[in-house]
Amino acid sequence: MLNQLTISKLTTRLARREVSAREATQACLDQINRVDGQIHAFISLNAADALAQADAADHAMVSGATQAQQPLLGVPIAVKDVLAVKGQPLNCGSKILGQFVSPYDATAVEKLKAAGAIVFGRLNMDEFAMGSSTENSAFGLTRNPWDLTRIPGGSSGGSAAAVAADEAIATLGSDTGGSIRQPAALCGCVGLKPTYGRVSRYGLVAFASSLDQIGPFTKDVRDCATMLNVISGHDRRDSTSVAQPVPDYTAGLTGNIKGLRLGLPKEYMIGGLDPEVKAAVDAAVRQLQSLGASVEEISLPHTEYAAATYYIIAPAEASANLARFDGIRYGARVDGADPLELYCRTRGAGFGPEVKRRIILGTYVLSSGYYDAYYLRAQKVRTLIRQDFLKAFEQVDAIITPTTPTAAFRIGEKSDDPLQMYLSDVFTISCNLAGICGVSLPCGFTSNAEAKLPIGLQLLGKPFGEETMLRIAHAYEQSTSWHQEKPLICS
Amino acid sequence: MAASDFNVKYVAHLARVQLSPDEEQKLGTQLGHILGFMDKLKTLDVSHVEATAHAVPTVNVTRTDETQASLPHDEAMRNAPKQTNGLFIVPKIVE
Repeated sequence: MLNQLTISKLTTRLARREVSAREATQACLDQINRVDGQIHAFISLNAADALAQADAADHAMVSGATQAQQPLLGVPIAVKDVLAVKGQPLNCGSKILGQFVSPYDATAVEKLKAAGAIVFGRLNMDEFAMGSSTENSAFGLTRNPWDLTRIPGGSSGGSAAAVAADEAIATLGSDTGGSIRQPAALCGCVGLKPTYGRVSRYGLVAFASSLDQIGPFTKDVRDCATMLNVISGHDRRDSTSVAQPVPDYTAGLTGNIKGLRLGLPKEYMIGGLDPEVKAAVDAAVRQLQSLGASVEEISLPHTEYAAATYYIIAPAEASANLARFDGIRYGARVDGADPLELYCRTRGAGFGPEVKRRIILGTYVLSSGYYDAYYLRAQKVRTLIRQDFLKAFEQVDAIITPTTPTAAFRIGEKSDDPLQMYLSDVFTISCNLAGICGVSLPCGFTSNAEAKLPIGLQLLGKPFGEETMLRIAHAYEQSTSWHQEKPLICS
Repeated sequence: MAASDFNVKYVAHLARVQLSPDEEQKLGTQLGHILGFMDKLKTLDVSHVEATAHAVPTVNVTRTDETQASLPHDEAMRNAPKQTNGLFIVPKIVE
């Protein structure tokens, strides 16, 4: 079935005219009809628009357009509900945006379209990307395709579940503290958070501006490299995007990792690490060694402070960014006698519990009298965390860790305990604080009796070190078969 | 700076978020726990450490001051919850 193909396999068949973009898009739509009632990866979808884009791609191919010029020509790609797509709804998994329709495309979306992709659907997420389970969506939760009683991870849970269940060929998500890598790990797909500044954030609704990055979810590492090729690059509309040349990330996938040095941080072998996750990561380390990489223990001494640092900085930035949702210029409004009452009522009715929690937390740590004790101190600890990584990267080419301490947890298991939920991000948040790149890829399954669950391996790379990081990920993936396994719901 | 002096009602007002009495009670307790967890950072000596605001140091990114195309007026107003004659309608501000 065409919806099961990778980008590279689908574009090969499209280029040979064996299949059409319309058939590929219809296959994704059919799969969505078949399984999304149970998974709920999509908040909304315009099938007619997707098919019209597919027809346009087929016409372009008849007129001479090729996948050599447009690497995603005819490929159906769905996006997280936090990215602006012109003419499509944008809700960020929240009620507060009401009937909002995007007046323009995000830069990453513009680049997908320029590369020929069919950009369709709004993928479910934790409200404003705040969460680790996709349970905090105003549009209902998303279920893990491997076990419908479990969460898909978050905040980009819809993006991960859609790829895992073959509802799209690839998707885009965003990662502020692990929101791409964690759901990719829990759903068994490849998810990459680029180096801060690698991908323009223009048109990405801001959560924590110094941490947010857009990145791809794909079925294998080569597709991940293809997507990164397309979305990377400097953009004058995002002053924090970096004018660093974009290499061809697919050209770096040589399979040769002989002599590369990998670091295993001793601080990541914590008490809460599930034995099956540890065993899978240990086996992956041995596999990488057998492929010719050397592995050494490293130290990231400030790891234990990362969660506290992150949950000060991210809410602080969020409290400022989300001030714009005030019911005046766009979105839902609850009227009041004066503007102040209107703001308070609109925001009280429009935001869900986790968003309120973080806005209030962020407001508090920035407020007079507490700024130095919390926010400024967290920014200083952030410096120490970043220095840990830069020092480690003098010694090694990439760092290996588990992506998450456990496989997917059950729906409802952590939803009443925000602090426990925050701690499920313990392995992914440092990467955002340090601004480096990270990727998660499948490295095994649990032996769970009811349904086996995917386990993710995280590789962390140097700033703008995606090329080497992807080469290692690809070499590992190609020497294993984890990425070829599919959840039962797909059969 | 103990978390015990955290006044959820006051901070929610600063944040312009109306809370129900139930929410006040629940959020107050949860945020108390979370702030307690943050106290971990106070065990580190950061007196000689510079703060990091951005992972990739950037200073004064500028562009030339030129007029550029922007959204047409009706497009920019399209998502307004209330509008008349191309203007946002808000409650009365001045007495």
